[in-house]
Amino acid sequence: MNIYWNQQWPAHIQYALFLADNALILAQQHSKWCGKGPILEQDIALSNIALDYLGQARNFYQLAAEELNQLEGVQFYTEDSLAYHRTDRNFVNLLLTELEQPNWGHCVLKTFLYSSFASLVFQKLMHIQAGELTAIAEKSNKELAYHKRWSQDWVIRLGDGTAESNTIMQQALNQIWPYAGECFIPANFETVFWQNHPSFFHELEKEWMDYLQTIFTEATLQLPAKQAWQTGGKQGIHTEQMGYVLAEMQYLQRTYPNSVW
Amino acid sequence: MQLIKQFFYGDYDAMKVAGNPADAAATPSVATQEWPIWEVFVRSKQGLDHKHVGSLHAADAAMAIENARDVYTRRQEGISIWVVESKYIHATNPDEAESLYEPAADKVYRHPTFYELPIELKHI
Repeated sequence: MNIYWNQQWPAHIQYALFLADNALILAQQHSKWCGKGPILEQDIALSNIALDYLGQARNFYQLAAEELNQLEGVQFYTEDSLAYHRTDRNFVNLLLTELEQPNWGHCVLKTFLYSSFASLVFQKLMHIQAGELTAIAEKSNKELAYHKRWSQDWVIRLGDGTAESNTIMQQALNQIWPYAGECFIPANFETVFWQNHPSFFHELEKEWMDYLQTIFTEATLQLPAKQAWQTGGKQGIHTEQMGYVLAEMQYLQRTYPNSVW
Repeated sequence: MQLIKQFFYGDYDAMKVAGNPADAAATPSVATQEWPIWEVFVRSKQGLDHKHVGSLHAADAAMAIENARDVYTRRQEGISIWVVESKYIHATNPDEAESLYEPAADKVYRHPTFYELPIELKHI
């Protein structure tokens, strides 16, 4: 039996891990830009955002670890073991979060798509009785509101900027867009988690797409033609990029197991 | 004698246009690709004044506010932010400091040191 992922775990634990993995992988990809931002102020902005996501990931991992220890009657799971000891097949983050960020357009577009999607999910979590998940969602949503505003400004600024910035932004959108649909195609644990709200994913898709369309229109960006969505992240089947992300992120714990500060 | 003179805090773009800030805004030089500089003022808590905390680069006012939030309030330093583009700040000329400030040096009677202030009064 795989000790780091089990389909039989209660849906709310799997869901907490899903939210944690999204935040952690996005934080890791953003943090690679630390010191490389186009200008000092924006370098700090993206690093702040990376730290916000890392904080969100910690909250969700701590919750998952606590519940898993209780469930299995062990003292085995910690936020660190969940982040550093799992393999790519155990991670259930959206493919969107692990995509590489070769330029600033990718950085802001990934932040834009994830923060606008997550803030809709977190707002819904705040309206249902989901215990600790609701509490973390409430705290995180304030951060997401800022990420959304920041990245939305950049998408419009670059999309509706010069011919060159528009071209680069449009290329980023063309590359990233196939991964957006995974956000509203529920995995098994999501279907179970939201079983009392059967229309949730339908509403999410509609509200999110309407919002994105509004912003992309303002940014004079064209949504790519309809195509099959890239999926698999929530089932632990990732893109090639994920191996590189984990190799770098987990290197220390893999090389010197259980080392501490 | 010119009492009020405009100083340019590193905003060479505006300096080249020289003088009228309105002209500078209307005809930004394409020679430099640098974003203009903004001065940032932060109010640390309700009831206090906005204090100058530093400057930063930004393409426009909205971005300046967001940059200020990220650069100057990330450790809970404030609850309100003002930004103003540096070229709109006018300053006294250091060459005239003698005539402007020194005459006040020997006029102690202008200080409210002859009153007893109630303890409740703070920040005075």
